Amino acid sequence: MKISPPESQFKNPIINWIDTRLPIFTAMNEAVGTEHPTPKNLNYWWNFGSLAGVVLVIMIITGIALAMNYTAHVDHAFDSVERIMRDVNGGWLIRYIHMNGASFFFIVVYIHMARNLYYGSYKAPRELLWILGVVIYLLMMATAFLGYTLPWGQMSFWGATVITNFFSVIPFVGEPIVSWLLGGYTVDNPTLNRFYALHYLLPFVIAGVILLHIVALHRFGSNNPLGIDVKNDKDMIPFHPYYTIKDFFGLSVFLAIFCVFVFFVPNLLGHPENYVPADPLSTPAHIVPEWYLSPFYAILRAVPDKLLGVLAMFGAIGILFILPWLDRSPVRSAHFRPMYKVFYWLFIINMLALGYLGVQNPEGIYLILGRACTAWYFIHFLIIIPLLNVIETPKALPKSISDPIFSSGSSELGATTPRGQK
Amino acid sequence: MSKDKSRRDFIVIASYSMGAVGTGAAIWPIIDQMNPAADTLAMSSTEVNIGALEIGQALTVKWRGKPVFIRRRTETEINDSRKVSLEILRDPQADEDRVQKDEWLVVMGVCTHLGCVPLGQKVGDGKGDYGGWFCPCHGSHYDASGRIRKGPAPQNLEIPPYSFISDNVLKIG
Repeated sequence: MKISPPESQFKNPIINWIDTRLPIFTAMNEAVGTEHPTPKNLNYWWNFGSLAGVVLVIMIITGIALAMNYTAHVDHAFDSVERIMRDVNGGWLIRYIHMNGASFFFIVVYIHMARNLYYGSYKAPRELLWILGVVIYLLMMATAFLGYTLPWGQMSFWGATVITNFFSVIPFVGEPIVSWLLGGYTVDNPTLNRFYALHYLLPFVIAGVILLHIVALHRFGSNNPLGIDVKNDKDMIPFHPYYTIKDFFGLSVFLAIFCVFVFFVPNLLGHPENYVPADPLSTPAHIVPEWYLSPFYAILRAVPDKLLGVLAMFGAIGILFILPWLDRSPVRSAHFRPMYKVFYWLFIINMLALGYLGVQNPEGIYLILGRACTAWYFIHFLIIIPLLNVIETPKALPKSISDPIFSSGSSELGATTPRGQK
Repeated sequence: MSKDKSRRDFIVIASYSMGAVGTGAAIWPIIDQMNPAADTLAMSSTEVNIGALEIGQALTVKWRGKPVFIRRRTETEINDSRKVSLEILRDPQADEDRVQKDEWLVVMGVCTHLGCVPLGQKVGDGKGDYGGWFCPCHGSHYDASGRIRKGPAPQNLEIPPYSFISDNVLKIG
């Protein structure tokens, strides 16, 4: 067993005294400080991980503030949310931040995942890092769904009804499971209470999985736009100050855009039907999920069979877990994969199309397109990606991260090379 | 030696098993508390006065928190429902088996797909392609016997337990 060094080496005596006994400053330094070497060619698409962390913190803080004013009872929930909007000091602001924060959390995470797919970050040795990310994504969807139920509007109620009914497709035990989830035969007060309890719990579970996500990240460090392994110190710069300042700049741009939504179009991403109190006897003409769940809703509706539809929907997410083993190409970055690059953008367009189709009425052309896009989603993962591995000839990879920068002076690949470095 | 070992194994396996049983017994109440509570289970029955309902009219009542559709069917609706060949039905059931009195159809107003309330009860609602109900959520069509005819729902509208107390009073539950 290794003997710990007797004393930390911080200049500040108080920090040093604490760190010698509880090495939290050392841990921080190794996580986001000068002791964390990072590939020097990361572009702005690498901002979205830390950005997602910041949004989670915003959501937890505003969420706790809302919880202090919310009443989880079917007779009072809707009114208590309206009271937050009208009477509670700054309540409208806190709620609009929380509402739009959910949407922006998904925007940030979708960009984070799209970056991952483009640069092949999910490949060995970062498979578990990717899988933990998909787990976080699943937990986020669950949390968002539970939270959307709390205002007890029409969409809250009927969204909860439809989603809990997914479980009724399980053979034999489906119905008992649904009534176990609901605490009754229909979405009612017991359901609202437990959804509230779980909505409060899950963000902290997410925070825990994020911790594991970061531990897994630091095992091999960040991937980079070239997708090649770092070779030596020349390929690296310390996280602080280079990436802390870059993350802060990205954060300020993000917050500016976020504030436009919060202050000028706070209801743009929501649905007006949810400002109508829940009515268990009348289903709204069009039930639509929040936009971030829409692609999977489109997949559900594309399949004309209840069991297969639900399986396809869960399968669409489940397939992400095995992606590192579907894609056997040793080249990570799409920069060097001419065919993958084309199919990548087709996949992105297909996802956006599914998102659009998920909020349309599933009839006529929309139903046909929905089926075509659903089919393409699975073809992409199950046929195209394994096939590319066989038929694609990747371009030659650079010898190291420093190599293309110093040999060609290309600004595209070395965009983040620190200029004017001291 | 081997005898000692097997005795030791027995103790280890027995303690692990007891541990597992104990953990299970401790967790079960936490899981079971999520099941419907006694007051939710107390299945109150609902009595409905149907005397004022004319032929062709429909009524929605709430039972166990869910809507129940009561429809006094017309002669045409009854005949059309009975003419349908069972072979073309997804969930084959004769109309005769779904009613106690020919005129009165009593079904749960809950789509068997994902639990929405189908349209077709109110005057002016679309009744779908088969003259029964239409679920707006995912486009399931039911006929005048509450049977699934088109769309993603797997089963016919469920029939709740009910009885006629008199000609004018219906008891659900």
